Amino acid sequence: MKLLLEKAHIEGIRYYDTYRKNGGYSSVEKALKMSPDEIVEEVKKSGLRGRGGAGFPTGMKWSFLAKPEGVPRHLVCNADESEPGTFKDRYLMEFLPHLFIEGMIISSYALGSNTSYIYIRGEYAWIPDILEQAIAEAKEAGWLGKNIKGTGFDCEIYVQRGGGAYICGEETALIESLEGKRGNPRIKPPFPAVQGLWMRPTVVNNVETIAAVGPIITMGGDEYAKLGAGRSTGTKLISACGNLNKPGVYEIDFNLSVEEFIYSDEYCGGIPNGKKLKACIPGGSSVPILPANLLLHESNGNKRLMNYESLSEGGFQTGTMLGSGGFIVLDEDQCVVRHTMSLAHFYNHESCGQCSPCREGTGWMYKILKNIEYGKGKMEDIDLLWDIQRRIEGNTICPLGDAAAWPVAAAIRHFRDEFEWHVLHPEEAQTRNYGLAHYAEPRTIVAAQ
Amino acid sequence: MIQFSPEKINKVNEIIARYPEGKQKGALIPLLHLAQEEFGGWLDAPVMDYVASLLDIKPIEVYEVATFYTMFNMKPVGKYVLEVCQTGPCMLRGSDQIIDHIKNKLGIKAGETTADGLFTLKPAECLGACGYAPMMQLGKFYKENLTIEKVDQLIEELRAAAATAN
Repeated sequence: MKLLLEKAHIEGIRYYDTYRKNGGYSSVEKALKMSPDEIVEEVKKSGLRGRGGAGFPTGMKWSFLAKPEGVPRHLVCNADESEPGTFKDRYLMEFLPHLFIEGMIISSYALGSNTSYIYIRGEYAWIPDILEQAIAEAKEAGWLGKNIKGTGFDCEIYVQRGGGAYICGEETALIESLEGKRGNPRIKPPFPAVQGLWMRPTVVNNVETIAAVGPIITMGGDEYAKLGAGRSTGTKLISACGNLNKPGVYEIDFNLSVEEFIYSDEYCGGIPNGKKLKACIPGGSSVPILPANLLLHESNGNKRLMNYESLSEGGFQTGTMLGSGGFIVLDEDQCVVRHTMSLAHFYNHESCGQCSPCREGTGWMYKILKNIEYGKGKMEDIDLLWDIQRRIEGNTICPLGDAAAWPVAAAIRHFRDEFEWHVLHPEEAQTRNYGLAHYAEPRTIVAAQ
Repeated sequence: MIQFSPEKINKVNEIIARYPEGKQKGALIPLLHLAQEEFGGWLDAPVMDYVASLLDIKPIEVYEVATFYTMFNMKPVGKYVLEVCQTGPCMLRGSDQIIDHIKNKLGIKAGETTADGLFTLKPAECLGACGYAPMMQLGKFYKENLTIEKVDQLIEELRAAAATAN
C-alpha cells in the first residue's frame, strides 16, 4: 500500500491545481477542524517514527515541546539529507512538494509554530524554487498566511539553503546553521524542544516524517498503526543504490523481505550482469555493513524483513539498522576495504572538529585504511583500527562519532579476512578484488527455500 | 566597488525579513550564496566584509562561517566547476574512473583549474544522487548517470558555450 508515493505518477502533480483536484489539501482541511492537541494525539497513536534515521517516535517528540507563555515556538524541517545512500527526501520535495507542504502546515498548526523553516542542503540548489512555488501556491489558496481559513492561526514557511556540511543534518548543528553560524552541534540538554532555534522551543523533523503527517490525519492514527509490522508502523521510503538493476526510491511495506526487495522486478530487479550479492549497508552509510548471508536472514534463520526490528535483530553482532533507508548494495566485484576507506574519508571530511576523538580519530582511520588498501598495511593495523573506532564511539557530543565508527567496526567484524588478505597480498590487492570468499551464495539460499 | 544591484538588494531584504528582528544573522548562509554567484564564483575578503555590513555583524562572524561550509570557495575557481561525487555509493558505480578521466583529459589534479580558466575539478562528498551514480554537480544542477562519453560531450559543450560567450 502506498501512502506517500500514491500520486507520484500523476502528470503535473507538482502543481497546486492538479494536486488539489486529486484530493490534495483535504488532510489540512480536516486538521484545521481539529484542535492542535487532537492532532498530536493522532500522530502518537499512529506510532510514526522519525524517518531521518534515529527512528524516535514523532508523537512523543512533539509532546516534549515546551510551551512557555509568550515565547514563539518553531517547527524546523530537516531537509539536509546528506547521509550517503540517501536520496528519498529529494524525491519527495522534487516530485510531491505539495504533499510535503501539507504536512508542514498541519504540523505547524499542531505545534503552534507561526514561522516554520525548511532547512535544505545547499547542493539541492534547484529544489528551493520548487518548494517556494508550492508555498506561494498554497498561500494563494489560503492555506498559509494570516488567519488560515478563519481559524485565527497564522503561519509562514521559509526555505533556507545550507552551505554544504553533512553535520547540519544533526538537529542542533542544523539549528546553529539556521542561526547563521558554523554547524557545531550543541551539548544536550537542553534539548531543542525546550531551547532550540534562538533558544525558543523547537521541533526538528525529517521531510519524510512530515510528509507522513497528512496521510495519518486523513486515515486516522489507529488505521496508520495497523499498517506495517509491530513497532514499525506505516510505510517507509527506501532509496536503493549501488550495484542494482533498478536503483531508485521505493515505498515499501515493512513486511517485505530484504531478498524480495533486492531481487524482485517490482523493486530493485536484482544485481546487474548476473553477479552475486556480496554485502549491503541498508540504512545509510553509517549503519553496519552486513555480508549477504546475514543480510537475507536473521540469526535464527528467519527471513530478514525491511523493518526497524528485523534489520537490527541480534544487535551489531548479526544485525544492522534501518536508519534513513539508504540501501547500498555491493556486488561480488566490490572491495570492502576500499569502500570502507571511501566512507572513512567522508566522515573525516565532514567532522566539525569540535570533539578530538572524532576530529583526530576519523583522520587516523582514513590514513590506516588507505595504507591497507594500497598495500602498505600491517596486521596490527587492523587491531589499531578496531581500537580507534572503539574510542570514538560514544565519546563525542553528537552521533557523527558513532556514525564514523560503526562502518569501520562492522567491516572488520564481518570481513576481517579481506583486510588480512590485503595485508598478506599487497601487490595482488592492487590488481584484483577479494571477491566473495567464504560468504554464502544468496542465489543458492533462494533456491533452497 | 562591491555592491549588489538594486534588484539583488531587494532579494537581500526579502531574505532578511524571514528572520525575527535582531536575528538577521540567520540570513548569512543564503547571502553568502548570493554573493558568491554575483561576485565571480568565490568569496574574497572584501566580499565577505560587504556581507557583514549588510547584516550588521562583524567580519569575523562571516569568515568563520564561510570557511566551515564546503560550497563556499575561498579562492578563485574556473568558469565551470565540475564537482564529481566520490563517496561510496558513487564509487561502486565507477566514480573513480570518471574522476581519473577528467584529470587526464583536462591535465589537472583535484582542486586545480585549467590554464584557460574554464574548468575546476572539485571532487565532492555525497550529493544525494546515489541512485543515479556516477554524477557531478555543475552549477545549480546535477548531471547524473555519467559515462566517459557523456563527460567528453559535456566538456565539449561547455567549451563551445564559453567560446560563443566570448
